[in-house]
Order: sequence, then C-alpha cells, then structure tokens
Amino acid sequence: MKNLEERSKQYLNPYFGGVLLGLLLLLTVYITGRGLGATGAIKSSIVTAVDRVAPTYAENQAYYSKFLSDDHHPMSNWLVFETIGIFVGAFLSGLIAGRVKKFRIEHSPKITPKTRLIFATLGGMLFGIGSQFGRGCTSGAALSGTATMATAGFLAMMLIFGSGYLFAYFFRKLWI
Amino acid sequence: MGPLISQGYINQEWNFVIALLLGVAFGYILEASGFSSSRKLAGVFYGYDFVVLRVFMTAAMVAMIGLVYFDHMNWIDISKIFILPTFLTSVIVGGVIMGLGFIMGGYCPGTSFTGVAIGKLDAVFFTAGLYLGIFIFSTAFPLIEGIYYGGELGPVTVMETFGISRELFAFLFIMATLMAFFVVSLVQKRVKKIEV
Repeated sequence: MKNLEERSKQYLNPYFGGVLLGLLLLLTVYITGRGLGATGAIKSSIVTAVDRVAPTYAENQAYYSKFLSDDHHPMSNWLVFETIGIFVGAFLSGLIAGRVKKFRIEHSPKITPKTRLIFATLGGMLFGIGSQFGRGCTSGAALSGTATMATAGFLAMMLIFGSGYLFAYFFRKLWI
Repeated sequence: MGPLISQGYINQEWNFVIALLLGVAFGYILEASGFSSSRKLAGVFYGYDFVVLRVFMTAAMVAMIGLVYFDHMNWIDISKIFILPTFLTSVIVGGVIMGLGFIMGGYCPGTSFTGVAIGKLDAVFFTAGLYLGIFIFSTAFPLIEGIYYGGELGPVTVMETFGISRELFAFLFIMATLMAFFVVSLVQKRVKKIEV
C-alpha cells in the first residue's frame, strides 16, 4: 500500500514534461496552423445548449450568433474533439500512475472541503469569464499565443501569472 | 509545407481524429506532470512548488524555438499560422480576472479537466464554474461588448510590437526563461516545504 501511495506521487521531471508539451504544441501548429486549447469546447457546448433552448435569442444575440452558422454545427469543432482527448489522455496517465480513485476533494488541511469547493467554483467562474475577454485561457492564449509570438498571447501569459502573484497574498489561507 | 491541414496535405475528415489524438497526448502530459493537483499548481504563487513555471516556460520555449527553426528550414509557412488578435483592453481585463480565478480555484481550464479525469471533486466544481462563467459572459455580452472590442490592434506579433526580429525575441525569451529557472530554484530552497 505504501508503495502504491509513493508511486502515485511520482510525476515526470518538469523539464522533461515541458519538452514533451513543447514538441506536442509544435506538432499541433505544424499540422493545424493553430495551437492547443481548452475553454473553446465549453464555449461550444454553451452555444449549442442556448441555441437548442432559445434559438431566436441565440441567433440575434451578438456573442452567441458569432459562433452559430448554417453550414456547420457549433459542436463539430476541432477543440471539442481535442478536449475529449484531454480527458482520455489524463485518465490514462492517472491510471498508469495509480492516481485514478473515487471522487475526493483535494484541499489544504487548514481549510474545510466545503471552503475548497466554494472557492473552486468561484475560481472556475472567474476563469471562465476572463477566458472570454482574453480570447483564450492558459492553453489557447498564454501558451499557444506566446509560442506563436502573438502579442496578445505574451500579454495574457504575463497578466495571468502577474495577477495571480498580485492576489496570492489575499488567498494564502487557501493554500499555505 | 506546413501547416498541413490548411495547405491541403491532410484531408479535412482526418482533422477531428487528429484533434482527438493530439488531445490525448495533451491530457497525458499535463496529468503526468502533476497538473491534476491544484495544490501543486498553486505552489507557483507561494514558492513551494514551481512545476507550473518549469513545464509552461519549457514548453513555450521549445515550441517557439521549433517554429523559428521550421521557418528557417522552410518546413512551415509561418504566415499561415493563426495569430491571436490583440484587443488591449480586453486582454488586460481578461488576464487579471483569469489570474484571480487561478489563485482562488487552483486550476486553469485545461488542468481542471485532468483533475476531473482522475476523480478530483474540486476540479469538477471548477469545471462547473467555467460553464457558469462563460454562460454569464455570453449572456451579459451586450453590456460588456465595449471592453471586449476595446483597444483593437489586430493580429500583431511581438516582433511588430517591440520592433525586433523573430530570432532576437526567441533568444531574449530563452535567456529570461533560464534566468527564471535559476531564480525559482533558489526561492524553492528557502521556502518551507509543503507536502501535497
């Protein structure tokens, strides 16, 4: 049991993981001409759901209508398939390392599981809002944007991490 | 000859199969690097674990050097690569909100998916929050449209913004990255260890 526990805490050397991720990103740009992403798939599913429930509203509202067109379904989107892949790949990696377990809450011993879940939800909500302003999240804007030398990507990277450091003091109880 | 798809070397129908496979590799690397743990991720902001900085900066550096090299060898038509357009107001507002979300939630979107995949309930809640946030943004869009389209500069690159060559920017980025690796290794030695 001890061995399993120890094995589940073994991760790739971060520089090796970084090289692999960089080569994957390079391959992705070489094949598709674009980088990797994560929030795009969620946006597609929301656009699809809103279009299903209230089609007239979706077609006339400025943001939803940007992603609706007659010739293709919003879910038949590159990022939707890529995101399904993210779940599969992460599950495989976790399975091999013995990290796939029944649902549990990871939190600092100084906070309750409930506090962790409240802040996780709020954080996700803010990240969701921010990713739309940023036209991409850490993957699509910061990482892919920086690698392709887009000014917006470089700015997104500096701002996401800069803002994290700026606010870190106020939320230190959640983590340390 | 790259990018392969936009140049017609790969059939559109294969596009989604490729998307799935690249996604599998993406998820695998993120999880194997430890990105499924919010406490490891948040370590970058408190100095007890710099895995985010190390993986992220190495990846950006490798892909950047790769693209410079591919361009130099004429293996890729760099003008056909998608350049994220800059809307200065919008990216500043978005970046700051994302940083706040990161420190509160402990994940970013891609990493929260890997947390969900191995059974972290906090990652499930973070992902639910993403849905909520994107829904709120989309619905409130008429009110915030001005910010979203604010400060439009078009699809500019750092070469145009800073007036330097692609190669020089890559060189400066590598130097800054190596410097960051050195500094964080010093910081990590001084910060109290936290077992996650």
